[in-house]
Amino acid sequence: MKKLSARRRHPLAAVVVLLLALAATGGLYAAFAPAGKAQADETAQSLAIEEGKRLYATGCSSCHGTGGQGGSDGPSLVGVGSAAVDFQVGTGRMPAQQPGAQVPKKPRIYSQAEIDQLAAYVASLGAGPITPTEKQYSPEGADIAKGGDLFRTNCAQCHNFTGEGGALTNGKYAPSLEDVSPKHLYEAMQTGPQNMPSFPDTTLPEQQKKDIIAYVKTVNGEETETPGGFALGGLGPVSEGLFGWIFGLGSLIAVAVWVAAHTAKAKKS
Amino acid sequence: MSTVTDDKRKAPAGERVADWADGRLGIYSLAKANMRKIFPDHWSFMLGEIALYSFIIIILTGVYLTLFFHPSMNEVVYHGSYVPMQGIRMTEAYASTLEISFDVRGGLLIRQIHHWAALIFLAAMFVHMMRVFFTGAFRKPREINWLFGFLLFVLGMFTGFTGYSLPDDLLSGTGVRFTQGAILATPVVGTYISFFLFGGEFPGHDMVARFYSIHILLLPGIMLGLVVAHLILVFYHKHTQFAGPGRTNKNVVGMPLLPVYMAKAGGFFFLVFGVIAAIAGLFTINPVWALGPYRPDQVSTGAQPDWYMGFAEGLIRVMPGWEINLWGHTLALGVFIPLTLFGLVLVALAVYPFIESWVTGDKREHHILDRPRNAPTRTALGVAWITGYVIMLLGGGNDIFATHFHLSINSITWFVRISYFVGPVLAFVITRRICLGLQRRDKDKVLHGRESGIIKRLPHGEFVEVHEQLSRQELHTLTAHEQYAPAEIGPSVDENGVERKVTRGQKLRAKLSKGYYGEGNQIPKPTADEYKEITSGHGHH
Repeated sequence: MKKLSARRRHPLAAVVVLLLALAATGGLYAAFAPAGKAQADETAQSLAIEEGKRLYATGCSSCHGTGGQGGSDGPSLVGVGSAAVDFQVGTGRMPAQQPGAQVPKKPRIYSQAEIDQLAAYVASLGAGPITPTEKQYSPEGADIAKGGDLFRTNCAQCHNFTGEGGALTNGKYAPSLEDVSPKHLYEAMQTGPQNMPSFPDTTLPEQQKKDIIAYVKTVNGEETETPGGFALGGLGPVSEGLFGWIFGLGSLIAVAVWVAAHTAKAKKS
Repeated sequence: MSTVTDDKRKAPAGERVADWADGRLGIYSLAKANMRKIFPDHWSFMLGEIALYSFIIIILTGVYLTLFFHPSMNEVVYHGSYVPMQGIRMTEAYASTLEISFDVRGGLLIRQIHHWAALIFLAAMFVHMMRVFFTGAFRKPREINWLFGFLLFVLGMFTGFTGYSLPDDLLSGTGVRFTQGAILATPVVGTYISFFLFGGEFPGHDMVARFYSIHILLLPGIMLGLVVAHLILVFYHKHTQFAGPGRTNKNVVGMPLLPVYMAKAGGFFFLVFGVIAAIAGLFTINPVWALGPYRPDQVSTGAQPDWYMGFAEGLIRVMPGWEINLWGHTLALGVFIPLTLFGLVLVALAVYPFIESWVTGDKREHHILDRPRNAPTRTALGVAWITGYVIMLLGGGNDIFATHFHLSINSITWFVRISYFVGPVLAFVITRRICLGLQRRDKDKVLHGRESGIIKRLPHGEFVEVHEQLSRQELHTLTAHEQYAPAEIGPSVDENGVERKVTRGQKLRAKLSKGYYGEGNQIPKPTADEYKEITSGHGHH
């Protein structure tokens, strides 16, 4: 040690320390750094990404760019996450058919396995919301009434009281929530597709999303009861007014014509 | 009548009851005067009946609803049988409406009958009013009755509004907020009226209770009185009738009230009740349970009023949001102009009979109805009014039309803005053209007869279609209407050569009169001479 401390003022001492420090940092990095790509080549995840990349190149790259960087026809997909892909492709919105005010829902063209591969590829471009598991979105055991309250506070101004949908500016619209699966409802809230704002867990925790899904499925699902009879679209006074005029007053006028046509015959005497 | 009975014979029970009542109420003379009252037969004369019967249905069902409704804004936590609302804080008004819908026997059916009947009541009044308008039945002596009917329509609108606001659900609460906004936009007094009406800041705690007494007591009370007055006047004036052989301004051709019309009207009441009940049993109206309780911080898209308030909604929706800020005060023109138009559109309807009688200067009584084509300008004005009204209804539903016809809401709004000015003008011109065309057709039919479809070959080879002369009855019906000559101002100088004073009112009247009855604005009806001249020369056409 004495030798070392005696040479501490040697002109080359600083260089030696620097070299040692660099060697230490480099060594630590080599030890703790995340595994390189080459090491994980054979896992299922990377296979999915590879497959997804292939599908992406055929179906998506013309608008979103060859590396998901986006372009004049489509936004960047870096950081949108697998949940966004699962929603957009799973509801058939993507690949889009034509440009317009809004991309409509249509029968999906990829299988769920292909969608998962695409999602894996897009997720690999940058971290984003992850496709939820069934435990996350299943409405079982959720508070329907609380969900209703949350729905009326956060969703009804665009989607209507029971999720029948509504108009937005310039031909855009909030779609009907009828027949939308719980998973897609969850993903839509999480990612905010198209004109919808996103409701990440920081603003709308997982439990509240479940409550909302439970409410939507109760009031606008397959098993929804309409105690008042046919619901006339659930659109409120416009459809009720049209119905009242055409079928209500219309049939009454028909009855009036019938009554007036059957008049008493004057007796000839 | 049979007060002098054979002292041996005991009068039947019915007769004795009638005698007893006659001694106290004078029913015999009343019945004698009215039992044989004659009413003419036409389906369009029954539109008012639809309105009357739906009004009765509304009162009957409304009484049932008052037994269970709690007009209170006290907050409660719901624990009833509708699961999606359990544990939600709401006013007693909303909770009791849910209870009526789910827990009261027959409650939902009665609620739906009440609401459907209200929509149909207003619609029936509307078409009844149009019938009266287009046939000129509002002319002397029926102007007051026109005003009564008009008041019934307007009061019906507000009774409906206060009624659908009672459940205090999110949709109707939004409507009340809308109304409060319109009140606030009234210059100077708006804020005061709003605070007075809601007992402080909106929504306050008094709104439901106040609307309740307005809805079940004040407005229906006035309406019931007006309905009675309306019917008394119908009796007093006697019913109008369409022109026809044997029908004059001094008689009524038809069937007697008893037994024919009592039977018909009674049966028709049950038919109306049946149709409305069937609709209410099959089709949902205002599913308040799905809407949630009103909270000023929540709102839903697709929030519209019932149809009769729809044109007000449209006026507000398409009006640009103009406002003027002066000396720290805001004049919200975006709301105030629609509010003014709302009043003007209705007042135009109310004052029309007086305008027309001023233009024609006709002070005679009219009991024979016009065919709409024979009053082209009036008919065109009516159609123009309806066009404007319907365009505003479209504006009120712009979002629903946008989503369901895949259109842009902005394009619909612009369409409504432009066509609100262009549409009525176009409708006026087109309607008048159609009316004049129909008048020409009538004239042609009178002079040349009806096309029989029989083709005849003349000896020299020409083919002609045989025209059949109309019967005398048909000729009468087609030529019974009278035509006004346009009013003249007269010479501009009097007999002494001094310039005559012509008021602006006289000039305007002459101008309007020319517009109504001037050359080209009505087709002169065929005269007897023309008819003779044409029919005497056989063979041609």
